[in-house]
Amino acid sequence: MSSREQILKRLRERSDGPLTAPVSDFAVVTGRGWDSAERLARFERLIGSVHGEVVHAPQARWIEALSEVLVAKGVRRLALGREHPVPAEARQALADSDIELVDVDRDIEAWQREQFESVDAGLTSTRGGIAETGSLWLWPTADEPRLISLVPPIHIAVLDAESIEDTFFDVVERHGWAQGMPTNALLVSGPSKTADIEQTLAYGVHGPKALVVILRHTAEVPA
Amino acid sequence: MSAAVQTFTPKAFHRQAHDALGNPQIRDNFRRAMDGLMSKRRDVFSDWDLETLRELGANIRLRALAKLPDLLEQLEANCQANGIRVHWAADGDEACRIIRDICESHDARAVIKGKSMVSEEMHLNDHLEQAGIEALESDLGEYLVQLNQQTPSHIIMPAIHLNTDEISEIMHTKTGTERTRDVDYMTAAARQQLRERFMAADVGVSGVNFAVAETGTLCLVENEGNGRMTTTVPPVHIAVTGIEKVVEQLRDVPPLYALLTRSATGQHVTTYFNMISGPRKADEHDGPREVHLVLVDNGRSSIYQDDELLDTLRCIRCGACMNHCPVYTRVGGHTYGTTYPGPIGSILMPHMLGLEETKDLPTASSLCGACGEVCPVKIPIPDLLVRLRKESVGEGRGNVPGAGVKRSGKEVAAWKSFQWLATHPAAWRRSTALAGKLQALMPSSIGPWTDHRTAPKPAKASLHALVKRHRRGEGEA
Amino acid sequence: MAPVKLYPPRPEKVYLFGTCLIDMFYPEAGLDAIRLLEREGIEVIFPDDQTCCGQPAYTSGYHDEAREVARAQLGLFPDPWPIVVPSGSCGGMMRTHYPQLFAGSVDEALARDVAERVFELTEFLVHVCHLPLEDHGEPETIAMHTSCSARREMGLADTGPALLAKLGQVELVEQVRASECCGFGGTFAVRHPEVSSAMVEDKTQAIEATGAKHFVTSDCGCLMNIAGRFAHQGKDVKGEHIASYLWRRTS
Repeated sequence: MSSREQILKRLRERSDGPLTAPVSDFAVVTGRGWDSAERLARFERLIGSVHGEVVHAPQARWIEALSEVLVAKGVRRLALGREHPVPAEARQALADSDIELVDVDRDIEAWQREQFESVDAGLTSTRGGIAETGSLWLWPTADEPRLISLVPPIHIAVLDAESIEDTFFDVVERHGWAQGMPTNALLVSGPSKTADIEQTLAYGVHGPKALVVILRHTAEVPA
Repeated sequence: MSAAVQTFTPKAFHRQAHDALGNPQIRDNFRRAMDGLMSKRRDVFSDWDLETLRELGANIRLRALAKLPDLLEQLEANCQANGIRVHWAADGDEACRIIRDICESHDARAVIKGKSMVSEEMHLNDHLEQAGIEALESDLGEYLVQLNQQTPSHIIMPAIHLNTDEISEIMHTKTGTERTRDVDYMTAAARQQLRERFMAADVGVSGVNFAVAETGTLCLVENEGNGRMTTTVPPVHIAVTGIEKVVEQLRDVPPLYALLTRSATGQHVTTYFNMISGPRKADEHDGPREVHLVLVDNGRSSIYQDDELLDTLRCIRCGACMNHCPVYTRVGGHTYGTTYPGPIGSILMPHMLGLEETKDLPTASSLCGACGEVCPVKIPIPDLLVRLRKESVGEGRGNVPGAGVKRSGKEVAAWKSFQWLATHPAAWRRSTALAGKLQALMPSSIGPWTDHRTAPKPAKASLHALVKRHRRGEGEA
Repeated sequence: MAPVKLYPPRPEKVYLFGTCLIDMFYPEAGLDAIRLLEREGIEVIFPDDQTCCGQPAYTSGYHDEAREVARAQLGLFPDPWPIVVPSGSCGGMMRTHYPQLFAGSVDEALARDVAERVFELTEFLVHVCHLPLEDHGEPETIAMHTSCSARREMGLADTGPALLAKLGQVELVEQVRASECCGFGGTFAVRHPEVSSAMVEDKTQAIEATGAKHFVTSDCGCLMNIAGRFAHQGKDVKGEHIASYLWRRTS
């Protein structure tokens, strides 16, 4: 008998007999009922508490905010996608700037060391945010692959204020995650960190040292 | 200053506890760390309906266990449909062989590892090393512990037994960094050292926090990003997990994740929650070309047989029980001599190693209940400790390996005498020097007690006698 | 956490289960508990055949022996009066573990009946007696150690402090890590004496650091442990069962 069959047999022929599966009530992880102002405030407070930097920008002028972030952080080489409106608009706007745009639509094997050693920041879109935990959710694609939010020392993520929802559970349910998961789904809440040296927080241990969220507003930008 | 290589075994618990208690550095490192973790957990749960959330956590885990064989098959089918290859291992040795075979099929020489307690449980690194394959830990704490030729002393914070100076010394000696108290410097140095290794690795090995049957998804919880690196950079990713880690649905994940991070380190969320549902697709540009999942039994299906012991398998490995354990806090993780230390280790390891090896672990608790009180999935740890004590003295169901190992004629006689006296009220009352008699029944007790405390004096008159006088209206003090 | 308990109205009579430690080492505490109850006009029945709840054998894994000892207690409370126990640890044993010990046996119903009638002393004084206390003592600072069984198994972290708060001249000070175990744990102190003594050492330091010269507990195991440690150190900090303290200051 294979180990597989042996394990399943033992589990099925349980000595104390079959178990009854309880029904779960998920009320405690949903139904927060926050209005948009509260949701936004929570998101910002929570992601700020884990060292995420939030930059507010009106939808129409987010590129200006991006440019300011790039200057402030001294970014010279920016890795970004091509097709998603976020990288597409950024490419257009930055085409004539000093910033070198690094293509990511090529197999990592061809440029691994370059990505690890000479990219200053990765720019990505996000699918949404989670107010309760101050998290971004990303489903990396061929256009915006997994490693650009991880390997460069700075991750710049663009988030629309209206795409922030209350809880992780709400996101999973409302967007029907269970009906089709991507190769990789991610929640990102702040930059990479560790407390493994005597509980002292240090950032950027393996991933980015900084996470900048450009939060785009169609409504009025909060003061 | 860095500790010499030292081997810890559960059999030597008493000696190891003695050494740890006499080591001010260990005492101080653990006390401060555990105080910090306890207070952070308290704060992060303050605005939650914690009891309802724990109830849900326990309920989700119980539901998963109730359907375990079906869910494992469903997980396997959905993983396969996603392109993940699934392997089953009856024990740690088989799991090691499976992983070694995968490595060898790729001519792999360098394995990079994300944190995985199951891989510690099966001693994967040693096994791979013997096959000429280098396995390097990439979680900073695990990396430091590995540099120091030690094992983790905590399941979440592997290097919690070391302080900044000790770590600085280890890094200096082993990697040539400057001696410093600058944590940012040391972290940056480790980043540099490990980035080379990520790029050079042939295979990445990780654990799994939750495996979702419904979607064939492997979830990993982490702060550092080494888990994402391990599962994305090398061309092959092998995830290894205990069979109990499966959950039924994707919607089961958010509550468990909320409980895990808050209970473990008092964080409302970790930096990364990484959900993997397959290898790199044809049009994608990064991620491993191959993903394997190794499902390890290693004693779990035995625990599964028993209604009471089953609760052990609800564990989501947060470590809150050790953070709140007054024994763990004082003796540290290595003293237990087992992969999983502290209360969860004391109820889990006897099933993996047998009670002969681990007989001192279930008794290494004052049954204060702090572990059960904080457990995010409400495992009745104190009751399970008592159950294992019962098994070790041969009064249980005999279904734990090594059951009866602690049964000794002397001790049985002592408890039988206690039983006789306590079931013969007249004799009980006649025993005016009752305390003296009871102490005589437990000859070992008085020595250890009075080494550290003044022994209580038996009262001149028992409560029985005082009540009689009181009823007669005498002796009112 | 212990489930929420619904409390009965104040009864005419109660049973007192004195516990073996009180019987042997601290009988005055048992008598003071009786006096407090009697002062409230409650008749206290002390079944003469009581011995021990069986907990030492139970937590050591000797459940056959524990069950026989427990069985000998089950018949001592034939009338439907509450059973008051001046110990969280013995109270927890009777309330929580008796039904488990007798599950599936002929005595299961009786064990459940007894379990449901068990009240820890401070719990009974607060929630059933609504005990009034008139403090006649001198102003004093006091520390309290609530046993882990009372605190966690029975969910009674607040009842001891609630009683002390009724004493006008007494200031209760909380030691650091107040909820941490003192290291007694029954046979734990015997099987792991070094760890146990490290725990009680920390507990005595925490109590001493409050500046209080007295501490009370609601469990004689903890009392024996902590007071024994203070005595061994030659420190002038005295411990007392809370029943004795309450009686002494209000009689």
